[in-house]
Amino acid sequence: MNPHLLIAIPLAPLVAAVIAGLAGKFIGRAGAHTITIAGVALSCALSLYVLKQIYWGGAAAFNGPVYTWLVSDGVHIQVGFLIDRLTVLMMSVVTFVSLCVHVYTIGYMSDDPGYTRFFSYISLFTFAMLMLVMSNNFMQLFFGWEAVGVVSYLLIGFWYTRPSAIFANLKAFIVNRVGDFGFIIGIAAVFSYTHSLSYEAAFAAAPHIAAQTLPVFGGVNAMSLICIALFIGAMGKSAQVPLHVWLPDSMEGPTPISALIHAATMVTAGIFMVARMSPLFEYSDTALSFVLVIGATTAFFMGVLGVVMNDIKRVIAYSTLSQLGYMTAALGASAYSAAIFHLMTHAFFKALLFLAAGSVIIGMHHEQDMRKMGGLGKYMPITAITCWIGGLALVATPFFSGFYSKDAIIEAVGASHLWGATYAYWCVLLGAFITSLYTFRLLFMTFHGEERFRHAQADHGHGHDHGHAHGDHGAHEPHESPLVVTLPLIALAIPSVLIGYFTVGHILYGSYFGNAIQVLPAHDVLAHMAAEYHGPALLALHGFLGAPFWLALAGLGTAWLFFLKRPQLADAAAKRFGWLHRLLIEKYYFDWFNENVLARLTRGVGLGLWKAGDQGLIDGAMVNGTASSVGWFGGVVRRVQSGYLYSYAFWIVIGLAALLGWFLVRA
Amino acid sequence: MITVADMLTLSGVLFALAVAGIFLNRKNIILLLMCVELLLLSANFNFIAFSRMLGDLTGQVFVFFVLTVAAAESAIGLAILVVLFRERRSINVEDLNTLKG
Amino acid sequence: MPLTGEATAVLVEILFYLFATLLVAGALGVITARNPVYSALFLVFAFINSAGIWLLAEAEFLAIVLVLVYVGAVMVLFLFVVMMLDINLAELRRGFTRFAWLGWLTALALIAEITTVVWTRGMAGVDLSKGFVPEPAGFSNTRALGQVIYTRYAYPFELAAVLLVVAIVAAIALTLRRRPGLKSQDISLQVAVRAEDRVRLVKVATEKRS
Repeated sequence: MNPHLLIAIPLAPLVAAVIAGLAGKFIGRAGAHTITIAGVALSCALSLYVLKQIYWGGAAAFNGPVYTWLVSDGVHIQVGFLIDRLTVLMMSVVTFVSLCVHVYTIGYMSDDPGYTRFFSYISLFTFAMLMLVMSNNFMQLFFGWEAVGVVSYLLIGFWYTRPSAIFANLKAFIVNRVGDFGFIIGIAAVFSYTHSLSYEAAFAAAPHIAAQTLPVFGGVNAMSLICIALFIGAMGKSAQVPLHVWLPDSMEGPTPISALIHAATMVTAGIFMVARMSPLFEYSDTALSFVLVIGATTAFFMGVLGVVMNDIKRVIAYSTLSQLGYMTAALGASAYSAAIFHLMTHAFFKALLFLAAGSVIIGMHHEQDMRKMGGLGKYMPITAITCWIGGLALVATPFFSGFYSKDAIIEAVGASHLWGATYAYWCVLLGAFITSLYTFRLLFMTFHGEERFRHAQADHGHGHDHGHAHGDHGAHEPHESPLVVTLPLIALAIPSVLIGYFTVGHILYGSYFGNAIQVLPAHDVLAHMAAEYHGPALLALHGFLGAPFWLALAGLGTAWLFFLKRPQLADAAAKRFGWLHRLLIEKYYFDWFNENVLARLTRGVGLGLWKAGDQGLIDGAMVNGTASSVGWFGGVVRRVQSGYLYSYAFWIVIGLAALLGWFLVRA
Repeated sequence: MITVADMLTLSGVLFALAVAGIFLNRKNIILLLMCVELLLLSANFNFIAFSRMLGDLTGQVFVFFVLTVAAAESAIGLAILVVLFRERRSINVEDLNTLKG
Repeated sequence: MPLTGEATAVLVEILFYLFATLLVAGALGVITARNPVYSALFLVFAFINSAGIWLLAEAEFLAIVLVLVYVGAVMVLFLFVVMMLDINLAELRRGFTRFAWLGWLTALALIAEITTVVWTRGMAGVDLSKGFVPEPAGFSNTRALGQVIYTRYAYPFELAAVLLVVAIVAAIALTLRRRPGLKSQDISLQVAVRAEDRVRLVKVATEKRS
């Protein structure tokens, strides 16, 4: 494979981002979106070309450095690419979703003053994500990891005049720092064992590392520590409990960004990273159990929260959390292919859902509260249909893409024999019901039933919380979005339906990943499932008999009853189970805990360190203390320096006597 | 017969007394100068003792020079004393504290 | 006259202890006398006894020089100054005992140290208990010293002379004072005077008889 071609893939969006960001004023709005879309489109085309080369053309995986930044003590810190089937799949997904989002942004952000800045950011984001994905060493992985974090920070706080946005981006940044701390420790641990930053060296040394014991916490298996530390990084990026708190708040950013970052790409970085590190994780059952339990917990409990949210974007955000939990659980069950497969299908249908939600928001003149919607299907048919497609994919309706990936995950978790697998299985299974409940609740409340926006119109002017001006639309009748918005919806709806059917055989049960993902035979749950696989259609038909399908159907029924047929029932239930409702509304008190315990504790410790450590010890005792002790000593010595001649004479004589005495004693 | 040890002990006693004198008469410059003379004298005893013991006249030559320097020192010391007294009407060492900043 | 034989050795020893006792007594007198004049006189006494001991040690020239220079010149100078200055003795005696303990303590420490070295430890194998070897008959200490001083130590000797000159000049320069308003002759000015400085010729116009 030609390295120059590969370099062009991340560089095209970077160049576009730099031009749009620095020269945005000169090239104007049209110039900015043209150049960034061109950059991402080029990148997408090249990614697809590489995908074709590798998959159909049978080209070998590329693994090598393209630029050496520095060499220190035999350690090469370089930019290098590892392009295998896993990577190229991620690249294609990222660039494709990114391209759709770019196009969609033209419509969504059309009246925003930060138009060119926004395009620069999302292109920059694409670059960072590509660097992360394409890396062949931990250093570049970390660079991409952090760059993604920075751009996400910039984008969540895109409307930087809104305090809630600033709060949200700060929160995202800080929570990610916690994860990154673990990530750095993991990388450092790998480095300390291999003295190299490249994946190759780490993978080669994996069995050796797994045999070591670290003398911390009373002796821990080195590989478990490394993998858990790396996974803590992934928990931050992929928003797993308890580091998930930033993701719902990140909905403060513009909707395209919610679609790009918080559904399709950035949050999947953690999933991708764990899959990439499969040769390491495979050697630690402890770490896999940890991953499995965390993932399953996230999948179920975050999904439940989606049921009580009223902000349309927040519902989708919690659904994203839940789906990321599914992916993580799949990783824990060693079903890496399933995780990546779900990542891919999820990227399409979740981006679709987000963009559809964005389209609804545009149609409702930047109203996000679902209680003020309803019956919109009549006014925005394309949005409604595409959103239904996304929803059906999300709830794993047979034949839709989500079915193939999600069912595989549930089955894989069920087949796992790791510690905690039973708990995880129940979580992901019940998660299917919850998923269906909140998805159909969203669909019913938004597109069907009573047209509640008519009641809300009286206070509509205050109802939307977007700070940026929106044009005077005259009538407040909902309207279908322009073509630049609906086109990406359609473009995403097609793979949302079809991609699972056509790729499941290759990716999940075939040998698509080859040696890009390594699974020890003892963990290989997918192999058992592959044995029973007889084509996608049969699998889907079989799916109608499975528990997940019936649970999803139950969810549909419940949602229909509570939110469409008898909405008052939902309120009654909320009152009847007040404590539960309150727990959910408060999001299990994670935020409360973070703000009132962790943040307060941190502030307390910081204040203590500042007062006692900095002001007291460093400033007081060491800096001023040096000065004052010199002063004090001077004061003492000054008494000796009396100015009286005789006292000098005394000291001379006494000194002489003492010196003589010392000589005598010493000799 | 005088031994070197005798001479050295005598000079040590003399030296110690002179030192004690410095402490006792710390205020009176004249007496301080006299004590210095005693110190020098005790040093001279040592020179002579060793010179005789070793049969080397250099020690005695050195005593000669010490005497010279001592004479010069007391001449200048007394001159300073006179000037000081003229300035301050006192030779109290406690008044001489201009060294103190 | 060289001393020889057992009897003379004992005599010398007796004399040494006598002089030594008197010397120490004199030194004690110097440091404890209430009046500086007495101190000076005690010092003279101490010097004379020292000279005696030096004579016993056959350092005759230095003994004589000590008496001549110290007793004759330096101590007289001291006495002059002591008597010339109007010293407030009471003020000087005040607080006499304040640091006395420190003084005696230091003195005792020094004596202890020196006796330790001399009597118990010895000095690097040097035998200190040896008596002085008597000089041979007809030996002239003065001649021997003169031979060394004017040959080997000629330059230091000259330097000592210079030092003394400087000391004299310094002492005079320090104590010399000019009193304003004192009538005195300046001979060089008188010699160097010229007629023009003293005599001014004035043309006086003749008065007209009115």
